[in-house]
This record gives sequence, C-alpha cells and structure tokens, in this order.
Amino acid sequence: MKISAKSATLLVLVVLVALSPMLFPSGYYYRVGALIFVNAIAVTGIVILTGYAGQISLGHAGFAGIGAYACALAPVHLGLHPALALVLGAAISAVLAFLVGRPILRLKGYYLGVATLGFGILVSMVLNNERQLTGGPDGMEVPELGLRGLLRDAGIDLTNGQFWYFLCGIILILAAWLALNLFNSPTGRALRALHGSEVAARTVGVDVARLKLQAFVISAVYASVSGSLLALQNKFITPDVAGFMHSIEMVTMAVLGGVGSVLGAIFGAAVLTLLPQVLTVFAEYEQLVLGLVMMLVMIFLPQGLLPSILRKVRGKDE
Amino acid sequence: MQKTLTTTALATLLALGATAASAEIRIGASVSATGPAAFLGDPEAKTLEMLVEQINENGGINGEEIALTLYDDGGDPNKARTFATRLIEDDEVVAIIGGSTTGTSMSILSVSEDNEIPFISLAGAIEIIDPVKPFTFKTPHTDRMACQKIFEDMQKRQITTIGMISGTDGFGASMQAQCKDVVGEYGITVAADETYNPTDADMTTQLTKIRNTEGVQAVLNPGFGQGPSIVTRNYRQLAIDLPLYQSHGVASDGFIELAGAEAAEGVRLPGTALLIADQLGADDPQKPVVDAYKTAFEEKTGTSVGTFGGYAHDAFLILTDAITRAGSAEPQAIRDAIESTSGLAGTTGIYNMSAEDHLGLDLSAFRMLEIKGGEWTVVE
Amino acid sequence: MAELLQFLFSGVTVGAVYALVALGFTIIYNASDVVNFAQGEFVMLGGMLTFVCHAAGLPLPLAALIAIVVTSAIGVAMNKLAIEPARGAPVVSLIIITIGASIFIRGGAQLLFGKQIHSFPAFSGDTPLRIGGATILPQSLWVIGGAVVVFVGLWLFFTRTLTGRAVLATSNNRLAAQLVGINTGFVMTLSFALSAGIGALAGVLATPITLTSYDVGLAFALKGFAAAMLGGMGNPKGALAGGFLLGLIEALTAGYLSSQYKDAAAFVVILLVLFFMPQGLFGAKSTERV
Repeated sequence: MKISAKSATLLVLVVLVALSPMLFPSGYYYRVGALIFVNAIAVTGIVILTGYAGQISLGHAGFAGIGAYACALAPVHLGLHPALALVLGAAISAVLAFLVGRPILRLKGYYLGVATLGFGILVSMVLNNERQLTGGPDGMEVPELGLRGLLRDAGIDLTNGQFWYFLCGIILILAAWLALNLFNSPTGRALRALHGSEVAARTVGVDVARLKLQAFVISAVYASVSGSLLALQNKFITPDVAGFMHSIEMVTMAVLGGVGSVLGAIFGAAVLTLLPQVLTVFAEYEQLVLGLVMMLVMIFLPQGLLPSILRKVRGKDE
Repeated sequence: MQKTLTTTALATLLALGATAASAEIRIGASVSATGPAAFLGDPEAKTLEMLVEQINENGGINGEEIALTLYDDGGDPNKARTFATRLIEDDEVVAIIGGSTTGTSMSILSVSEDNEIPFISLAGAIEIIDPVKPFTFKTPHTDRMACQKIFEDMQKRQITTIGMISGTDGFGASMQAQCKDVVGEYGITVAADETYNPTDADMTTQLTKIRNTEGVQAVLNPGFGQGPSIVTRNYRQLAIDLPLYQSHGVASDGFIELAGAEAAEGVRLPGTALLIADQLGADDPQKPVVDAYKTAFEEKTGTSVGTFGGYAHDAFLILTDAITRAGSAEPQAIRDAIESTSGLAGTTGIYNMSAEDHLGLDLSAFRMLEIKGGEWTVVE
Repeated sequence: MAELLQFLFSGVTVGAVYALVALGFTIIYNASDVVNFAQGEFVMLGGMLTFVCHAAGLPLPLAALIAIVVTSAIGVAMNKLAIEPARGAPVVSLIIITIGASIFIRGGAQLLFGKQIHSFPAFSGDTPLRIGGATILPQSLWVIGGAVVVFVGLWLFFTRTLTGRAVLATSNNRLAAQLVGINTGFVMTLSFALSAGIGALAGVLATPITLTSYDVGLAFALKGFAAAMLGGMGNPKGALAGGFLLGLIEALTAGYLSSQYKDAAAFVVILLVLFFMPQGLFGAKSTERV
C-alpha cells in the first residue's frame, strides 16, 4: 500500500506527539516538548512563506509579538477570554500582514529582507516603548488560559507541563495539516514544479502577487498563534518575542531542517530548540557551536537536515 | 527515521540530565551570563561559582557539600522559564538563585512558586517582591530606592528641575519609570525626558535638547552598559556644567575607565559599600564581608568588582546562612529561615527580612558617591 | 541655530559610521550577490583587536594596522571555508550562512576577549572643536574622513581599475567573466579581504566614540545593512548616501520629535523609499533571471 506524503507526515507527527512522553523521565521534558511544538508552529508558517511562495521574511517575530501581547492585553483591557484573545491576535496579524504585504511583497530578495526586518523592528520598538501598556522591556504578566481547570473538572487531570505539551502538539498537527493541504493544492504543485520562479509561474497563469500575499498572511497567522501560545504557557511575556533574533531563529529553524517540507522544518525547530538545552554543559561554547552548525548544515546539506538525511537513508536502502 | 533521531536526541538529554545528580545540597542558578544583560549576569555567574568553590573547600554547610547547577539564560525570559523547570524537575535543586533581569526573574518565580522552591532574585524591579510571594526573595535594592537616594541628594543641593536621559534597555526603562513615579515627592520636576538605545554611538542630540530646556539644574542618566559612559563623554563634549547623576547600573571602576576620569569628574551615583571598600571604617559591619569578596573576586577574575556581582554574593550568603540556621536543606525549611534573616551584613547592605519584606534593605544601604580625581568618594 | 548644527554634527558622526559599514557590504555584494551579515563582526574585530594590541603595549597605529590585516585574513578565510563551498545556494541559505558566521565570530570573540566593554584613546585628543556654538569631537572628523576616503577609493577602484571592473563583471555573470579570463576565485578573495578590511577600519575609527565589546557587531550590521539598502545595494554612492541619511534622520528625529522613536523613524523612511523605489535610492534596475 502506498500512502501519500501528506498522510505520512501527519502520521509521523501524531505518533511522535502521542508516544514521546513514554520516554520522558521528568516533567521538564514536557516543557521542552511544548517549546518545540510552539516553535514548530511558527516555522511551519515560514515553510509556507519561504518554501512554498519563495519569499523571505526577517521580521516574522513581529507577528509573534502581536499574538503574544494580544493574549496579555485583551483579557485585561477588553475582558476577552485568553483563548479569544489568541484569535483576536491572529486576526490583527492577518489584517496587518495583508496591509503591509501588498506594498512590500513587490520587493525582491534582500530588499524584501530589509523591509520585513523594518516591520519586525517597528513592532518590537512599539512593545518596548509603550511602557504604560506593555510594561516596556521588563515585560508583563499574561492571564491564565484556564483550560486545564476545565479539563480537571471533566476528569482529565494533567500537570501544567503535560497540558501545554499536548495542547501545543495538537495545534501543531492542525497547523501542519493546513500547510500540507496548501502544498497539495493545484497552485501549490504548479509552484513547486517551477521551483518558485515567479516569471515562469506568471507565464503559466498563476496569479503570483495574490499567492504571495496569501502565503504572507497565513504565515503571519501561524507566527501570531505561536506567540500567543508562548505567552499563555509562560504566563509572562517580554518584547524579546518580537525581537530580530527571534525572527532569525524562525528562519534558521526552517532552513536548517529543510524549508521545502513541513516535517523537515519541524525537525529543524526540534534541533534548534534542543541544542541550547544540550549545550548547557558547554555554555561558553554555545554561540560558537550554534554558528558552526548553521554554516556546516547550509554548506554540506543545502536542502536542510531532514531531506538530506532521508535521501542518504533511501540511497543506502536501494 | 526521525523517530529514531528524536529518540537519540532525547537520550542525549537524558544522559546529560543524569550527570547532575549525586551531590549533597543542590542549588540551582539561572543568570544572563551572555546576551544584552551580560553586564549583570557575567559577574553574577563568576561570583556564584567562586563562592561555591570557597564554601566546599571549607567543608560545606553543616558538613554537606554544595553542588551548583548554573544555566545561562541569555536574558531571555522564555529560556529562563525552561531552565527553572529543568532545575526543579530534573536537577531537583532545593533553591534557585538568579534572574539577572526583571523579565527572567518574573519567569522563574512563577515556576518556583508553583513548585514551592525558594527563589532569590538578582533583579531590581519592585514587582518581584511586591506583593510578597511566599517563596520569592531578592537582594538588590529596588530601582525606586536608587531614585529616592538620588532625589534626596538633589534636594540637599536645592535642585528642583531636572532633565532625564535614560537607556531603553530593561534596566534604564524600569528605573526611568520608577524615578518619574517618586520624583514628585521630592518637589522636583522632570522638565526634559529623553532616551537612547543601548547600542547608540552618540547622545549629543538628546543632551543638547536637555541643555536647552528652560530651568534644568541637573541631569539624571538611568542606564547600564556603554550608554552611560558615552552620555558622560558627550556631556563634557558639550561642556554642560550642571551636576550629572548616574545610576547604580554603572557602579564599578570600569565606568570611570570608559568614561575617562576627566569626563567623569563630579559625577554622582548611589553605590554600595563595595566601591569604597578601602574607605570603610574599621567598625563598619560590612567591612569584613566587602573586603573578603572584593579581594577574592578580583584575584580570581582579574576584573574589578561591581554592584551586580555583589547581588549574587549576597543571595548566596542569605541562602547559605538560611540553610545553616535551618539545619536542613528542605525547601520549606530554607524558605522559613530566609524569611527570618536578620542583621546579616552583605556587600549591598544589612539584610533584615520579614514576612512583609522579602528584600530586607532600606535606603541606608545606598551610599551617595562622587567621582573625584578618578576615585570614588563618599558624599557627606 | 546652534541646536540644529549640533543635531547635524551628531547625525553626521553616526552616519559616517553607518556609511563605513555599508561600504563594506558593497564590495562583497558586488562580487558575489551575497549580503554578508557578518560585516558587523568585522567592525567589532577591528575595534577589539586594536584594543588588545594597544593594551599589550603596541603603539596605536601599529595596533590598528594589525587589526585590519588580521580581520582581512578572517574575511578571506570566511570566503574560502563558508561562502565558496556554498556557491549557487539560494539567498535564504546564504543569509543563514553569513548569520552563522557572525554568531560564530561573536562566540569566538566572547571566549577570547571576554565580555568587558573596551576603548582606546582618540587619535587627536578629546578636546571638542567649537563651530558656530556647536561642538564636534576630532575623532568624528576621523570617521567622516575615513568614510569619504573609502568611498572615493572604492569609486575609483570600480570605475578606473581593471581589477575593479573584473569584480563587477564577476557579479554580473560569473561564467562569462571566467571565459574572458578573469580569475573569479581571486576576485572573491580580494573582495572579502577588502570588505573585512574596510569593516575593521570602521571599527578602528569609531571605537574611541562608540566603545566596543564582543557583541557590538549585530547593531552595526543591522544599521549598515539598512543604510546600504536605503541607498541601493552594491553602489558605493548609495552606501555613502544611505549611511549619512540614516544618521541624519535619527539625529533630527531625536532632536525635534522623539528620541524614543528615532530608530523607528529611520525604518519608516526606509520602508517608504523602498515602496516608491524598490531598488533603493541609487540602486540599479535588475531583471530576474528565469
């Protein structure tokens, strides 16, 4: 029996999310798992933007910041439930991405890079400077989601770590499913066949501008949701979430893992989330190793970690 | 395929986690040894490592050795929360020191409170201990206290109108807000309120605006890192002859060196006993502890002591003092003992904790210092 | 009036630093279409190595020379070890590689030099010059002069010398350049050495004003990148103009509007310029290759 790449990806994800906890020796691993999933959600958005639509963003953390602060601010100021605040944040991000995306997606390559960079920096600057509202660089507290209590009342008693692990895991699977559907749509196939060349796509009748904007908006929503989940889980948020380094981190995770595939990007998120945890023993060398890993992977495995590994494995099988 | 890989990664983690075990009293720390807050975290990390070494050489506490697990959160609250979880759930520590910044401290305390593990923060903001949380303490005086000390001094000099130029980093922004909060109580008005980015190269624009503001009699610069040094240099470049106040954020010899003794002449700031170790009276209760720390730290690291390393020193002192008095390394017992700390002389001041006060310092912990001829002197 | 003049001096001082960093970006971009995000680390290395050599007792000019030469060598090594092997990789991969290199260099500097902030004496003393009621430090003139000299040098290099034209030819079409006998490998080596050297020079000139530590590179890279894009990537004229413009926008915004949002103003201007001129102020029109 031959299963499609889409079903295979989803199956792998479900199995991973469901079975990994069997190996966890302590509650701390749930925390790391949940962080991997949160990062993976944002990175799946980057796959849609970069892998699918061929566009670069160096400012997507700006959307994560909007999602995070929506969850911090809306419950306090608008009386919204934190879960609705997440939706509100995603909606704001989508509208903003739509408005910003139209002019800046006309730019190419590095010019798009600097424009998105500027956008991200503007968001993080507002979060840093509007102290009365956001608490400034010191950050602010985020209200409890409250869902865990409801589950407990329903007879499912999870620790805080377990709760966030499974919630983020489920949302990641949903996010991956949506992304894969997009990949397998007719336009998605056409785009991939053309290796993201805009001119070629245009000649075969793909509305490139619309498509890029669509990808930009969707990826913004992904980043926003990821930011919201991070804020709700940490119950505390600072403007770092919108910072330039976070934007770079997202892109690096996607490209390192393999920006052409959802699973690859998720793998990249896992590797880069785990790396600092593993390197704590050599904390002084962490930066050195991180930089080295980034360069080596890009030089020797330009398709990204996972696709290259898979190819090696298949090659040996034959 | 990736299942096996993930498993390998997890197994690696597992192995690393397991090595941390097998010690007597396990203490955890998460500080910002790298990243934008490394000015705070780097001396803190070095101080903690040095003190643990010292105490173990002298036979530990109550006959038990101390094992320190120290993580570098890079100033990222998200990482700090992960490390706090790891310290508690995986490394099974009995107490946590750390949180170099307010953001990281707030992240750690929510985990440590949930798990009922005592936590001593090294950050300035008053929110950390106000309202009082059962398991959370802190050693640095609050930013508000620094502001109060400065405004008291201004009052004595009959200064009623000032200009402020603050860094937009966490330290500068927090102190800026606290100062504006209490300034009214001293009959002083802030006529000009400017900011700069911590990475900015030139602040003459902001200083020119302050100088040209009607009635400004003194300038206050909350900030840390290179910013205050550049502000001080630019201040002299523009030949502004109003009194310049810096914050405790630059209370170390490094500041005089970077700003230049000439430019720093006459600059005042609220500092701790650490900076004037050689000028302390023989009967000063802080004298022995300050001397011991200063000598050991400078010998070990080759860099001059600063206020921030002192915070870590005091946190460790409070913790070990508490464990000794409690005669137990149970988190609850340690917490109770920390809360009953009294008359403990640290480098920052004399600590007197209580159920209502989880900081235990008053304004007397600060000393108003002035730089004269490249040296720190006490303003009487 | 004196106030405006002071703002302009501040803007020009900072702008000259940005311009020098932006000029460093230009050469590598011209030779290889790579925007080198490690450019800021070259600036850091320039300042840091000069400090280390000076502190070790060497006279300042010699220390500066060593810093520039060593940094150039590091630039060449980076090209040989990280950029050449990844030739033909997509823009995103190249961005990641150069960011990886920048993190690597920063990590190494942190290990070697520690996390302290350092500086060394200004070349012509600290006595400010008074002009029309405003003041400027002699070191600012050094930085401005440095930016102008480097600009003129690059302009002559790209338009008047055979090697400079070879660099441009390599960028336009590598294969064709090889066919007409240009040693493209040498061109790449040369441009990385030059870029790194100019970055280091920026660090040497600016450090007495800006101070330096292992992590100053990122801020330089971001501002220099923004300045280069504002002016139009690849054009020395654009880099110079973009740098000074960015510095002046920041200073004037801080002076007349809000110092809190001066960096925001700079990026708003960049976004607006790119909106109307997608190639920056002086950028060349390019067509996409299929």
